[in-house]
Amino acid sequence: MKWIAVILIGGSLLLPPFFAGDFYINLASQILIAAIFALSLNLLVGFGGMTSLGHASYLGVAAYISALLTNRYGFDHGTAALISILGTTAMAAFFGVIALRASGLGFLMITLALSQVLWGLAYRMSNVTNGDNGITGITRPEPFGFSLESPVAFYWFVLIVTAIAFLLMTIFVTSAFGSSLKGVRDQPRRMAALGFNPWLVRWITFIYAGFWGGVSGLLYVYYNKYIHPSSLSTTSSAEALLGVIAGGSGTLGGPVVGAALVLLLKNYASAYIERWNMLLGLVFVFIVLVMPAGIVPGFSRLMAGLRGEKR
Amino acid sequence: MSISRRQFVGVAGAGIASMAAPNLVFAGSSDPIRVGLLAAKTGPLASGGIDMDLALTMFLKERDNTLAGRKVELIVADTAGVPATARTKAQELVEKDNVHCIIGPLAALEALAIADYLTEKEMPTLGVAAAEDMTQRHPSPWFVRLTSTSAQCAYPLAEYSVKELKYKKIVTIADDFAYGHEMCAGFQRVFEDNGGKIIQKIFTPLATPDYGSYVAQVKSADAIFLGTAGSNGFRFLRQFIEYGLKDKMAVIGGMTALDESVLRNMGDEALGILTTSWYSAELDNPLNKAFAPVFRKQFKYDPGYYAGSTYVSGEVLEVALKTTKGNVEDKKALMAAIRGSNADTIRGVIKFDEFGNAVGNVYIRKVTKSDGRLVNSVIKTYPDVSQFWTYDQAAFLKNPVYSRDYPPAKNLEP
Amino acid sequence: MQFWIIQGLNSLSLGGLLFLLSSGFSLIFGLMRLANLTHGAFFMLGTYLAATALRSFDDLNIWTTAIGAGFVVAALGGLFERLVLTRLKANTLGQVLVTLGMSFIISDACLMIWGGDSIPVPTPQNLQAPTRLFGFVFPTYRLVLVGLAVLVAVALYFLIERTRLGAMIRAGVDDRQMARAVGIPVSRLFTIVFCLGAGIAGAAGVLGGPILSAYPGLDADMLPLALIVVILGGIGSLLGAFVGSFVIGFIYTFGTALFPELAYIILFLPMIFVIAFRPQGLFGRVGA
Repeated sequence: MKWIAVILIGGSLLLPPFFAGDFYINLASQILIAAIFALSLNLLVGFGGMTSLGHASYLGVAAYISALLTNRYGFDHGTAALISILGTTAMAAFFGVIALRASGLGFLMITLALSQVLWGLAYRMSNVTNGDNGITGITRPEPFGFSLESPVAFYWFVLIVTAIAFLLMTIFVTSAFGSSLKGVRDQPRRMAALGFNPWLVRWITFIYAGFWGGVSGLLYVYYNKYIHPSSLSTTSSAEALLGVIAGGSGTLGGPVVGAALVLLLKNYASAYIERWNMLLGLVFVFIVLVMPAGIVPGFSRLMAGLRGEKR
Repeated sequence: MSISRRQFVGVAGAGIASMAAPNLVFAGSSDPIRVGLLAAKTGPLASGGIDMDLALTMFLKERDNTLAGRKVELIVADTAGVPATARTKAQELVEKDNVHCIIGPLAALEALAIADYLTEKEMPTLGVAAAEDMTQRHPSPWFVRLTSTSAQCAYPLAEYSVKELKYKKIVTIADDFAYGHEMCAGFQRVFEDNGGKIIQKIFTPLATPDYGSYVAQVKSADAIFLGTAGSNGFRFLRQFIEYGLKDKMAVIGGMTALDESVLRNMGDEALGILTTSWYSAELDNPLNKAFAPVFRKQFKYDPGYYAGSTYVSGEVLEVALKTTKGNVEDKKALMAAIRGSNADTIRGVIKFDEFGNAVGNVYIRKVTKSDGRLVNSVIKTYPDVSQFWTYDQAAFLKNPVYSRDYPPAKNLEP
Repeated sequence: MQFWIIQGLNSLSLGGLLFLLSSGFSLIFGLMRLANLTHGAFFMLGTYLAATALRSFDDLNIWTTAIGAGFVVAALGGLFERLVLTRLKANTLGQVLVTLGMSFIISDACLMIWGGDSIPVPTPQNLQAPTRLFGFVFPTYRLVLVGLAVLVAVALYFLIERTRLGAMIRAGVDDRQMARAVGIPVSRLFTIVFCLGAGIAGAAGVLGGPILSAYPGLDADMLPLALIVVILGGIGSLLGAFVGSFVIGFIYTFGTALFPELAYIILFLPMIFVIAFRPQGLFGRVGA
């Protein structure tokens, strides 16, 4: 059973460049980028129990730093990427200190507020960020001399990065630290009594999530070759959050499925259905009613049920 | 933790579905001409996007979906007013639907997100977005704009305000983004070059539900210039009137401040307001007289900026297609035909300058009542207005692009 | 001098509007621990209903429309609560998903029904003449709005503190398990409170209409404001929502007038400070 799934997934990831047209390959790249973003958010939401509505901060900041360094100040892509990631991670550390003073709705609001502050700055500081016009003419890097201009080449690049991200995040979550994170999520007082430092566990997770958010931001700006303050907006964060929840927040595959769902509805279904926003809302309501834990857990329960197991 | 049964819908769906639909490129004149429309049909810009769709569909229907003897297929893509979506939709039109030309998009943020892509794919684009630099410092051979730059229509109004209305001091208010900055900058430049003074420039954040605190900031002047877009102008105006300021100051506006689509929801408080635009539903030329009443009959409201923009695109495309005898496969020839079309349209005759921007009539309009409804009556026509007004082109381009702080406002009152 | 008075009055009227918007949200969150992210959409629905009703029927007045719209939105809210929200007892993330999903549905439905244009809501005839104060004019309706906010605040206070329903609500807020144990029908109470909260939002949408007008995106503009007020004022505290609304009204109005460069972030900076240094808000209870 497991092998069928692996072949299916492997096939759907590896075959598109050989068979599909450019448009679909590009769509697949976008899905993978959204998947990394959603996976990073899920570290906070699903495994950390901290619902954030400001995750787009990391995507946007990394994208802007890279765009400015390569476009305006002539840095090469390698150095620019390094600086962007370091800067974004440092910002995540700083934001984490502020945000972790609250929990629950307060935490949600602080993350929302912080991302809104960044959004406002991106609009207002137009001599740096070009404000509402955004930054155009961004180039893609050429790792080891390979050009990423063609959709196929870019797809392989994104696929490799996604695979690494997925692997590293899986290791993070299944490690001893990951267990302590889940412990802090479920029983913070007990964990503290056992000698763990809940705040530190959360803060480290926050930083790690910000790191991967930044990575997805770099891929995002390479793909679009354009960055605009709307990428820092609450809508951007909310869509990722919705994807994570819909897909299944406590799982590793859930965010990927959820991100794919949101992206496909927004970009693909919208060509066929004018009321795609309403459809998106209905799909969410339906998912929560039928599979309250998300698509992936719901599906695995369905499969288990078909096999006659009691889950 | 097993990694089984995951990642099915998204990538598998896209992958498997796409394997069954490889891309083929058709050629030959028996195939229809495919025209793509990028319009924001959902989101805050929805009002304009919907009008763009309606007018273009009507244009094609009137001609039995045939231009220059060849069938035309229209594919409408909803950009939702978001740059990333606009880019995906542009890719969809180019790569999946294999369109031969694109009309739109509406917003600068959408247009700038796809500009390099469309140039790379050599896709003839009849644009609507007003961003100045797209036809100044960063033009593309594949892009023309048949409406106006942000400031182009403001220039004549600024001159009119000084010379004929004798205004000396004006306050400007606009949304705080590039379009608003550019329009106010252009207005300020001509107004002050002719002896007037801009004493205050207010820029309101994009999401401003309540304009009360901004209305209260307005200083006393001869008039207030509205550089707003969409419905913000009229929402501000309502508050402006409620605070009693309309009795003290005149109101003038730019090309999207009091568009026909907004006028229909207003009352007598709008009477007498002057605006400037490259179009008015009341234009008295044969083409518009055939278009506007038909549009009104079908949709129950007058066509304005957005409806006019795509109808004009259709007219320009038709003239170009007649020149190439229906051939769209030769993209360079099509683009050259578009640029040289000199089409007679519902807004008058338009020519394209070397940067692809339209040079044509700009109309000063006044809100009056006709047949019991509010209309923008034309009171003066400025012919052959270019994006550079009367300024020297080379000097103009050497200056930085208009922004919130350029040209610097030297006459602001503290 | 005039500047300070006018902006002060503006602050008060904005505060009044914000209280009408956020009282419902505070009520729902206080009792049900549910962040109702559909709240902005409920508000917007009220505004659109008012726009159509008041423009089609000349003899309809805004107060009746507010009550009417309030009932319509309350009914919609009740259905939503009964059919969907009840099944999501402790599933916070599910609640986020479903309330946001519902707001997508409502806002797209509004776009479909009313189109993309802004529709003004007429100010009541007898309040159209501006009030003359100290030599300048101020829109009368805005002053009335402040009065309305106080009225609603007082009414809610009596409801919560002096009625049996209110006692049950307070019991449910303090200790849900015990309330159930002493026989309070908590589940039915939740539905009632949700209807009440949604209904107030709908009515607030009507009352805010003459100032805001109905336009697509109104829900997304108003929801963050409600969240900010409730966070600032303190979760579960109606007094907090009342005070918070006016504090935000003042910060926003004077902030955008005096520091236009900070216009985008003027609301979020104070909120960040409050949460960072007093996470329970001004009047909230620790551990509530």
